[in-house]
Amino acid sequence: MMDAPARSRAISLEVNGEQIEMEVQARRLLVHFIRDDLGLTGTHVGCDTGNCGACTIHLDGEPVKSCMALAVQADGAKIRTVEGLAAEGELTPLQQAFNTHHALQCGYCTPGMLMSATALLERTPHPTEEEVRYALQGNLCRCTGYVNIVEAVIAVGGSA
Amino acid sequence: MLLREVDYARPATVEEAISLLAKYEGARPLAGGQTIVNVMKARVAAPDVLVDLADLDELRTIGFSSDGLLEIGAMVTYTQLMGSSEVEVARPILAEVASTIADVQVRNRGTVGGNVCVSDPTNHLPPLLTTLGATFTIQGGSGERTVSAEEFFIGVYVTAVGEGELLTKIGVPPSSGSGDGFAGVTIGKHGTYIVNAAATISGDGARIALGCVGATPVRATAMEERLAGSDFSEESIRSAADGLGASLDPPSDVHGSSDFRRHLAEVSAVRAVSQAAERRTGA
Ligand SMILES: Cc1cc2nc3c(=O)[nH]c(=O)nc-3n(C[C@H](O)[C@H](O)[C@H](O)COP(=O)(O)OP(=O)(O)OC[C@H]3O[C@@H](n4cnc5c(N)ncnc54)[C@H](O)[C@@H]3O)c2cc1C
Ligand code: FES
Ligand code: FES
Repeated sequence: MMDAPARSRAISLEVNGEQIEMEVQARRLLVHFIRDDLGLTGTHVGCDTGNCGACTIHLDGEPVKSCMALAVQADGAKIRTVEGLAAEGELTPLQQAFNTHHALQCGYCTPGMLMSATALLERTPHPTEEEVRYALQGNLCRCTGYVNIVEAVIAVGGSA
Repeated sequence: MLLREVDYARPATVEEAISLLAKYEGARPLAGGQTIVNVMKARVAAPDVLVDLADLDELRTIGFSSDGLLEIGAMVTYTQLMGSSEVEVARPILAEVASTIADVQVRNRGTVGGNVCVSDPTNHLPPLLTTLGATFTIQGGSGERTVSAEEFFIGVYVTAVGEGELLTKIGVPPSSGSGDGFAGVTIGKHGTYIVNAAATISGDGARIALGCVGATPVRATAMEERLAGSDFSEESIRSAADGLGASLDPPSDVHGSSDFRRHLAEVSAVRAVSQAAERRTGA
C-alpha cells in the first residue's frame, strides 16, 4: 500500500539505547523532538540555520545537525545525544579531556563538539591536528578560540 | 523553529514517489534536507507535501553503465562520494570537491541530487558537472529522459526537473587521461564560494565553467578557444584568461562587488586550468 501524506506520523526509533514510539507532527524539527518531547536538553539550538553545530547528534552513527532534520525522518533510526555518552554516569575519556584541557568556557557549543569529536575518534582513534580541525569545522565556539578543544581531542587519541 | 504545517510521505519506490509528486499540488521531494529545511524555516518556500526520498535505495547507488559511464544516484551523499572506489577510479575530482562542501555534518546528509536540484549559483557541483560533461536523468509519469548540464540548469532554483518529476541519476564520463581542476575563493575555509571555476583538459581541449557569476554555470568559451593548441604553460593560461572578467556580468553583494567577482573569475579560472593541466596523464 502506498504511504499517503499525513500531518503527523507514528515514529519508532532508538535514542541512547532506549526504544521510543511516539506520534509526531511532520513539521517538528528533530532537535525540538529531542529537547522538548524527550526532555534531553543537552542538545542545544544555537543558530537554527545549520551553521553552528550546537545541535549535533549521531544519526545511525554519523554526526548530523538535528536542526536540519525533521523528527519523522528519524523513523527507524538509532540516535545518540550527548546524554548517551556518559551513560553509566562516568565521563568518557573525551569528556574528561575537555575538563582537563579547559576546552569549554560557557559550554554552549560543548555538546555538539563532543558529538563531532566522538564520531571522529570512533573512526580515527589517533587523529592529527589537521584531522581534528577538519572534523570540527561544522562546530562553532565563540569562547575558546578552539585551541584547547583541539588539544583535548588530540590528547584522547594520544598522538602529537 | 516552528515550521508551517506540512504533510509527509515516505514512499518505497521511485514510481510511488513520482505518483505522489504528480498527485498532490505543492508536493516537493525531500532529499538530505540541508537546504529545504532551512528554506522552510525562512518561509521562502512552503511546500504542502514533502515526499521523502530516504527509502529509495535505487537512488543511493554508485556504479557503471554498460558503456562505462560513472552513474551516481541522486540520493548519494557527499560522504558516500568521498568514500567511493568507483569515483576514485573514474573521476576523483568529484570526491575531492565534495570533501570541501561545508562540514562533516552537512556532508553526511546532503546529496548530489539535492545539490544540483536547488541550482544555487554558489553551490559546488553545478560548475564541476558542467565541465565534466555530465548527463542528468529525469524520471516522470511518462518515462525517462536524459539532458546535458546546459539543458539541466535553467535559473536560480530552477532546473529541467518539472512538477511530478524526479532527478534519478547523474552520469559522468570517466576521465581517461584528462585532467580536472577546481578552484575559487570562499568566505572562510570551506565556506560558501564568492566565485569558483572548474576546468577539464582532454585531447579535445579545455572546458571551463564558472560558478557564482550568473544564475547558472557560465562556460568560459572564449578562454577555451584561446587555449586551443596551448602548451598550458602558466604564461599562456594567464594570457588566455585576459578579458574573461570583462565578458561577465556577475552580481554584487556584501561578499564582493561585481568588479571584484570579474577579477576573481580570472584568478579562479587560471588556477583551475593550471591544476587540470598538471593532472593530465594521457592527453
Ligand atoms: C551551513 C551550510 C553550508 C552549505 N554550504 C554549501 C556550499 O558551500 N556549497 C554547496 O554546494 N552546498 C552547500 N550547502 C548546501 C548543501 O550542499 C545541500 O546539501 C544541498 O544544496 C541540497 O542537498 P540536499 O540533499 O540537502 O537537498 P534538500 O534540501 O533535501 O533539497 C533541495 C531541493 O532540491 C529538491 N530535490 C532534492 N532531490 C531531488 C531529486 N532527486 N529530484 C528532484 N528534486 C530534488 C528538493 O525538492 C528541494 O527543493 C550548505 C548547506 C549548509 C546547511
Ligand atoms: S542550531 Fe543546528 S547548526 Fe546551529
Ligand atoms: S565554550 Fe562558549 S561557545 Fe564554546
